[in-house]
Amino acid sequence: MTQHYLLRNRDVQDIDQFDVYEANGGYAAMKQAFETFKPEELVAMVKKSGLRGRGGAGFPTGMKWGFLPKDGRSRYLVVNSDEAEPGTFKDRELIEENPHQLIEGIIISSYATEASEAYIYCRGEFRRGAEQLKRAVKEAYDHGYLGTNILGTGFSLELKVYRGAGAYICGEESALLESLEGKRGNPRLKPPFPAVAGLYGGPTVVNNVETICNLPPLVTYGAEWYTSMGTDKSPGLKIMSVSGRVKRPGNYEIPLGTPLRTLIEEYAGGLLPGHTVKAVIPGGSSVPLLMPDQLDTPLDYESIVKAGSMLGSGGCIVLDEQVCIVGATARLVKFYREESCGKCTPCREGTYWMTDVLDRVEMGKGEPRDLEVLADVADNIAGKCFCPLGDASLGVLVSALKHFRHEFEAHVAEHTCPMGARLYDTVNH
Amino acid sequence: MKPEWQEWASQAKAEFPQANSALMPLMHRIQLVEGWLSDETIQDIADLMGVTVQYVESVASFYSLFHREPVGKRVIHVCVGLSCALAGSDELMHNLEKRLHIKEGQTTADGAYTLLEAECLAACDKAPMTQIDLRFVGPIRPEDVDTLLNKEVPS
Repeated sequence: MTQHYLLRNRDVQDIDQFDVYEANGGYAAMKQAFETFKPEELVAMVKKSGLRGRGGAGFPTGMKWGFLPKDGRSRYLVVNSDEAEPGTFKDRELIEENPHQLIEGIIISSYATEASEAYIYCRGEFRRGAEQLKRAVKEAYDHGYLGTNILGTGFSLELKVYRGAGAYICGEESALLESLEGKRGNPRLKPPFPAVAGLYGGPTVVNNVETICNLPPLVTYGAEWYTSMGTDKSPGLKIMSVSGRVKRPGNYEIPLGTPLRTLIEEYAGGLLPGHTVKAVIPGGSSVPLLMPDQLDTPLDYESIVKAGSMLGSGGCIVLDEQVCIVGATARLVKFYREESCGKCTPCREGTYWMTDVLDRVEMGKGEPRDLEVLADVADNIAGKCFCPLGDASLGVLVSALKHFRHEFEAHVAEHTCPMGARLYDTVNH
Repeated sequence: MKPEWQEWASQAKAEFPQANSALMPLMHRIQLVEGWLSDETIQDIADLMGVTVQYVESVASFYSLFHREPVGKRVIHVCVGLSCALAGSDELMHNLEKRLHIKEGQTTADGAYTLLEAECLAACDKAPMTQIDLRFVGPIRPEDVDTLLNKEVPS
């Protein structure tokens, strides 16, 4: 069995307990960071490692940290644990099963960015996750790893756990900051970016849970260890969440650049017996489909873009030949309809309209012109929304219309779902 | 207003550099005890926070986990995200509706259960996933409605 660096909870039982975490090398990286690195050296090390944001955008973490203005204002580190992108469930495992790893990463990251206050924005639905985090934060305070003058270093850090209350849009960093300030989670206009004007108007770094969880092993093993894995532009490790029609759905820690086929066939055990791949959503519900002839695509940021999709959050949903593409697309677009904040018209109205049309087609009540309507509405959303949510609703839809147009047309021509999907009037209305 | 709410509001405000950040933590804490946020509770929260009732209402209405109608003793969320849908979430919801004699979004007449759909709960490896009072219970196959309804969860 290969060793885990991010999912150490798979190798060490009860690692969510403080004593077990520390007995297995926990908080040693924090101490090493204090002793052997100045903050700017840590930023340089993270830049050298090539670590990129694991929330979906893949922006280089060290560069993001480097954007903080050096104007003496106090800084904030905000950890985005509002994981809600359909198909993605890695951050939930990280916070539920190994909360101290995240806290250690936060301490190291705050020391590097010279932030004196940090917040974990925890998705409201993660009740156990928030409880685990709050307990672990208290334990870290009790052991002097949080608070004033940590271990006599002169570095102080306050860390708080803040619960969201059910809103996917709060995973968008500026909406998250609004929510953290006690407001509706409407996204902010950018620029200014959070590095300049973030939480309470102060300089703020917003990083994803998995990104921050990379910090303890990075300090322990070094930037060269990180760049020894993956590709030049996409070094290191990534947790992929695999679900859908596979034998062993779950989170898998892989070196970037691992072929999609290896992830599905070896890590996730392949498809359910007797079934074949119809399409794969490789990086969460916002990204275009990959087709069966693209299974050898390496899972790194650049290769997936070249193949026409995105690595995104690493939420890999595998669809087999039994899955109705129209139904699957309808379900995903409906998600964006539910989660649109309603602030801007193309997203608010467009996701409603597209869901209506897709449902109609799936139920066999579509008309030939509905396919043109879908394409037209999609075109009127693309690039015309205030934040990325509108565009995110199009990834699967547009690629499904391209690759599976015949299946949409068959729904219309046959006045039914040719895949024989069982439809219930419960969901979707 | 319950006597302890004043104390809770002060505690929440002390946690943050700006008091407004205490709003959602206070709403969570009150709802955990009350089950939902009535008009009267919203007014009380506005008074405690020193903001308008419209402001509190605007925040409460934005987030799906703040209940503005009474809920049952147990709130069931059925995830209907794509991975759960592929594993039978819609049939599970259908079976729950039949068993509880309510539609999604409603509460049983005896006040025992509220049935809601959830967007992807980030537990696609255990599809179809559900939550009782925001505690994960799953996977629950469509035919295992009673397993779900009888499941004990910590409060």
